[in-house]
Amino acid sequence: MTGNKPKNSSTIDRRSLLLTGALAGTAGVAAAAARHDGGLGAPPQTIQGTMPWREGTADAPPASTGTDYRFFNAFEQAFVLPAIDRLIPPDATGPSATQANVHIFLDHQLAGPYGRGDHFYLGGPWPSGTPEQGYQSRLTPAQFYRASILAVEGYVRTQYRGKLFGQLAHADQDAVLKGLESGGIKLANADGKAFFAMFLQNVLEGYFSDPIYGGNKDMAAWAMIGFPGAHYDYREWVGRHGRRVPFPPTSLNGRPGWSEG
Amino acid sequence: MVTKLPAVDAVLVGFGWTGAILGQQLCDAGLNVVALERGVWRDTPTDFATTFAQDELRYMWRHHLFQNLAYDTLTIRNNVGQQALPMRRLGSFLLGAGVGGSGVHWNAQIWRFLESDFKAYSHNLKRYGKAAVDAYDMTVQDYPVTWDEIEPHYDTFDKICGTSGKAGNLRGVIQDGGNPFEGPRSHEYPNPAMALPYGPTLFTRAAREKGYKPFPHPTGNMSRPYTNPLGAQLGQCTYCGFCEKFGCGNYSKATAQTTILPYLMAKPNFTLRTESEVLKIETTPDGKRATGVTYVDSTGKEFFQPAEIVVLSAYVLHNVRLLLLSKIGRPYDPKTGEGVVGKNYAYQITSSANVFFKDKIVNPFIGAGALAAVVDEFNGDNFDHTGLGFIGGGYIAQMQTGGRPIEMMFTPAGTPKWGLEWKKAAAHNYLRAVNILCHGSVMAHRGNYLDLDPTYRDAFGRPMLRMTFDFTDNERKMSAYLLDKAAEIGLAMDGVSSVKKNYRTGSWSVVPYQTTHNTGGTIMGDNPRNSVVNKYLQSWDVSNLFVMGAGAFPQNAGYNPTGTLAALAYFSAAAIKDRYLKSPGPMVRA
Repeated sequence: MTGNKPKNSSTIDRRSLLLTGALAGTAGVAAAAARHDGGLGAPPQTIQGTMPWREGTADAPPASTGTDYRFFNAFEQAFVLPAIDRLIPPDATGPSATQANVHIFLDHQLAGPYGRGDHFYLGGPWPSGTPEQGYQSRLTPAQFYRASILAVEGYVRTQYRGKLFGQLAHADQDAVLKGLESGGIKLANADGKAFFAMFLQNVLEGYFSDPIYGGNKDMAAWAMIGFPGAHYDYREWVGRHGRRVPFPPTSLNGRPGWSEG
Repeated sequence: MVTKLPAVDAVLVGFGWTGAILGQQLCDAGLNVVALERGVWRDTPTDFATTFAQDELRYMWRHHLFQNLAYDTLTIRNNVGQQALPMRRLGSFLLGAGVGGSGVHWNAQIWRFLESDFKAYSHNLKRYGKAAVDAYDMTVQDYPVTWDEIEPHYDTFDKICGTSGKAGNLRGVIQDGGNPFEGPRSHEYPNPAMALPYGPTLFTRAAREKGYKPFPHPTGNMSRPYTNPLGAQLGQCTYCGFCEKFGCGNYSKATAQTTILPYLMAKPNFTLRTESEVLKIETTPDGKRATGVTYVDSTGKEFFQPAEIVVLSAYVLHNVRLLLLSKIGRPYDPKTGEGVVGKNYAYQITSSANVFFKDKIVNPFIGAGALAAVVDEFNGDNFDHTGLGFIGGGYIAQMQTGGRPIEMMFTPAGTPKWGLEWKKAAAHNYLRAVNILCHGSVMAHRGNYLDLDPTYRDAFGRPMLRMTFDFTDNERKMSAYLLDKAAEIGLAMDGVSSVKKNYRTGSWSVVPYQTTHNTGGTIMGDNPRNSVVNKYLQSWDVSNLFVMGAGAFPQNAGYNPTGTLAALAYFSAAAIKDRYLKSPGPMVRA
């Protein structure tokens, strides 16, 4: 023992090692994800006489890095950016959706397993169902976004004399979004109401999920509401009724202060 | 080409809670046991370590620990007049997958049913008359087990789980601070109740002022470190708020992994095969005896595993489907009311009241799966239903399971779902709102059942399971009645500014999350004409086949099902060990 380590260094090392270790090899992560997710391709195992455990197989999260676009083309970006800032606009309360990098989150999600519908059943036949039967499209979320954005812009072009959604006044943008939400606006070849429900849900996910997925930049959305994030232990605070927990938000990647020095 | 494997004494199909319980019980009796699990091995340090378990997006919204519907789903509809369509996205219920099953991501709410729940037909018939139990096409039946038979096995499960709570009825003596409505318990809970945060504390005070007897929710979240009778050590819960829908990295939630597997996996007479999906229960030509099961592993190889005893211990929906695919038992027909397999599928009905405080900080993120204060005055038949137009009930609980902000963002009535007004309301109310849950029973109804879908097929070309289900006015009236009572308590909480009531109206929808408490379809009863299994969960048709799980419930009660399905599993295991092994054959005369 050198005796001069910070008190909580073992926690820091454990978190950062697990995450960086897993992120180092993307192929390894993909293989591990299939295994842990119960996807096809995991080999059968016969387990006898022990609780099996193997080093280096921890199911670390599929974090996203970078702020480049991988899914939305320029036409789609021109819809997504203004639309998400109507859903969560900027003001002094806290970040807007674009300030929180929700567009990057959406893009990376749609470029990845979620966009491919990795947990959706998409087999046919595909008759339309009742609202109670939920999602009945044959499209993956990525395909669904692509088709829906095109259809929304088609509607806007017709209704607003050739303009794009991004060129509308805020009040008109809100009217379009409300029409999609209520089902009042009928799109050609797309279900606007189902699209809006998925879009709003994904925007909230990008705003409030752990920043390792590309949104919730600087954990500002968590700071806005007072959520400490992945804090792990509140035993000392259960009985402190009515008092604000003073901890700043913590990400699975450690909060910024942890990695300094 | 099917490879025939060496015979074993017992094969378990599915390896969650009931598979682990039966595995441990039968191995301790000296049997050679093989468990077949179609999913993957999961353990605490590898799959839900504290360094990455607290991830709302990945687990709740990307379904990382849940059944992957791309691989296997079922079809759903509200009534026989509709075409059933595939459940393409999880919503209403969150099926588990892999070792530990749904018991990995459960809340660990450990309840016992009421004594009267076991006699739902005869009790209600006696108190309210025939019209009350026959209304809404109800097909309610008594359980063939009594409280006195089942109580010791509830007690066993409490000790395995280290349940934290406060007894309300110890050997017939009502205890202050516990649930006065529960049946007599032989022992106090193994651990004291969890510490209550602010919200449930305010709820407790308000409920007492209303004349109710609130108590802390019994839970498999550890209020202190605990070592169970199998030597498994659990750690004190840290109230991290990522429990329901998540795996616990802290060994603080009772699961198969934390309570039974460390003991069972070390037994030399136990073998687990993962990524191995059972396709069919094989029987002798006369259909009276199971010879074993055929399964396929993830490389596509097929095997026949001969066994003296076959135990179905998968989730209720899979157990029902496997019986239907194996043509064991007569399928239920809603037109005639005849047949039993798939009969009396039931669920639960939830509604909620969001309570908003003017300036109280309640820190919703300090949570655990079953961290709550509960009022049980309106559960089961704890209250007089005369003139109410329904039977059954549920508990009312101010639960603080966590403050995951995507899922649990409450805003006052009239707030839009997006825009500046939403954002301001979210920012202001997140720390100042709590939720009161009404967790209600669903009775059995003639039109609610499970069978095989005529159109949709799975990856192996087998028909999917088809679920036909809707709430009836019995459930809707009951749920609204509970919610009005809950809102009255909410309005009496100190510092409240408003209460928003979220009624459950209309038809059952697969979209919003409600509860993973699917029951029935392999129901237990006192004769083969009204049930699939006898009181020992033994098939009436195939006496060396046992069917575990909540499928055995003739109808659902107002409580979470795991405590009761685990107790029934222990009751069944005891009968197998004490009676069946000595003299194999039917344990109840048909």
